[in-house]
Amino acid sequence: MSMFQNMMTWVDDRFPATKMFEDHMSKYYAPKNFNFWYFFGVLSMVVLVNQLLTGVWLTMMYNPSGEGAFASVEMNIMRDVDFGWLLRYMHSTGASAFFVVVYLHMFRALLYGSYRQPRELVWVFGMLIFFVLMAEAFMGYLLPWGQMSYWGAQVIISLPGAIPYVGDALMEWIRGDYLISGITLNRFFALHVVAFPIILLALVVLHIIALHEVGSNNPDGIDIKAKKDENGKPLDGIPFHPYYTVHDLVGIVVFLIVFCIVLFFFPEGGGYFLEKPNFEPANPLKTPDHIAPVWYFTPFYAVLRAIPDKLMGVIGFGASVAILFVLPWLDRSPVKSIRYKGFFSKFALAVFAVTFIILGICGVKNPGDHAFGLPFITYSTVGEIATVLYFAFFIGMPFWTSREATKPVPERVTGSH
Amino acid sequence: MKKLIVLLVAMSLPMLAQASSGDNEYIVTAPINMDDKASLQKGAQIFVNNCQGCHSAKFMRYERVSDDLEIPADIMMENLVFTGGKIGDVMATAIPQDLAKKWFGTAPPDLSLQARVRGADWVYSYLTSFYVDESRPWGVNNHVFKDVGMPHVLQTMQDSMGEKEFETNMADLTNYMVYMAEPIRATRESLGYKVIAFLFVLLFFVYMLNREYWKDVH
Repeated sequence: MSMFQNMMTWVDDRFPATKMFEDHMSKYYAPKNFNFWYFFGVLSMVVLVNQLLTGVWLTMMYNPSGEGAFASVEMNIMRDVDFGWLLRYMHSTGASAFFVVVYLHMFRALLYGSYRQPRELVWVFGMLIFFVLMAEAFMGYLLPWGQMSYWGAQVIISLPGAIPYVGDALMEWIRGDYLISGITLNRFFALHVVAFPIILLALVVLHIIALHEVGSNNPDGIDIKAKKDENGKPLDGIPFHPYYTVHDLVGIVVFLIVFCIVLFFFPEGGGYFLEKPNFEPANPLKTPDHIAPVWYFTPFYAVLRAIPDKLMGVIGFGASVAILFVLPWLDRSPVKSIRYKGFFSKFALAVFAVTFIILGICGVKNPGDHAFGLPFITYSTVGEIATVLYFAFFIGMPFWTSREATKPVPERVTGSH
Repeated sequence: MKKLIVLLVAMSLPMLAQASSGDNEYIVTAPINMDDKASLQKGAQIFVNNCQGCHSAKFMRYERVSDDLEIPADIMMENLVFTGGKIGDVMATAIPQDLAKKWFGTAPPDLSLQARVRGADWVYSYLTSFYVDESRPWGVNNHVFKDVGMPHVLQTMQDSMGEKEFETNMADLTNYMVYMAEPIRATRESLGYKVIAFLFVLLFFVYMLNREYWKDVH
């Protein structure tokens, strides 16, 4: 035996290294018909690692105090420390990229019914990741201590204020002060760099363990374990390693090219990744003309604004995220994949995707402005219509999925390489 | 694949339909060129002579300006550092903030990042659109910043030069302010080309690797 084999035997007698590698990589059978949409899971991991690594180094140079935060970002990190600017842009571009890949990853699940039995827990853990990610991103956005950091946080932190009786006390408890101050900044820093990353990592592990227990879905939404060869290997499956490791490498490099184009040439992302007012230090006495949350929150923020009553708005805002958790139990279709669902499911999903984007646009725009340059409608009206459509997608799903005619599902996967 | 394209196009329609918001009509495109070292040097000179009297640039060090804009350190110290400090100092202003607030009604803002807050076009348009308005304390007003507290400090410059030359000078100043708001920009872009070129080479190899592994999978 070679030295390496000897060493691995020694380790395997004490720790299941080879077994884990086989279970999750070299003997984990994935369907061989994965398409473009299946890159976004691994890309989320790539971005997560990017955020963790750049975050560690940014923490070394960042000063989490009301007096020093802005200068530590704009002077130390952006100007004085060698390559500090690169770390900062990797982290800020990474935050937006995280939501891009996560939204596309979630949309993939909607397309192919990846949340359906037996993958309900994969979806629920995924939704918990999304929820914690939103909290993580929100806390992180306060840290540069610019005008939009401050006033964006002001808007979101004021939401619990709508709760009767305890609202004001709750807001004070979150802020640790009568207004957002250095104290709030300090606790957000602690949560952003310690608490939430730990929770996020734990949830990612749970998400993957749950996935590998039941196996990956595929664009046909059929169970590859139903047809096995004489050795008990799925006929339409292929070992994740090396096949999907080399396959994902291509996706990762293409992603990195797009990521680097933004990072090196458009780090402000047209004012959406780094908002212009955030280049001005936080000033509690001066409200910016127009407060818009960062783009990845705007679809949910538009729901909040669409409901005129403050408390109902907050409830609607919470419900717009919460309703996603129960998706596995709303879909009653006999088939998983959109390929074999009826016309109405396809139509509804297309409307939902467009609605989500329109909500996102409404969330950054001034509600009183004419929507899309049309003279007869304002963003506030469009936001209200889109909010109704958003919820209608979930509430109506049990009805149309259980009634519509579906196409016959093939026995073996189609359209593989 | 066809369905995917249709879907992506449908998803991007609302974005395409977005109309641009109506900006101030006086905002014009700033003729800036970050590669023009002479223009940036001229801009730096205008900045220290005309702006820094009241405005600080507290995130900018003289040394950085001297290095990036290829101004020799001794010339920098002699002609552009009036505060009597060291070359490693930040570009502070001599005017006390509380006094300035008393004189102008508001403390003159720090200008380090102003070009990133407002955008180059706004800065250039602001600098070139002062007009006479006797109702204001300083006798001037501004088209893009209504009822601004700042007097038209560049008046003498504008009068002695004539419109054309003044605009060129303001373009130089804007150029410098854009540089000052993000001094790393030139390095960032040149590094970007190298990184992306490397990624394309890497893409070729990973693509070939993937093709090699998958060629027998049916």
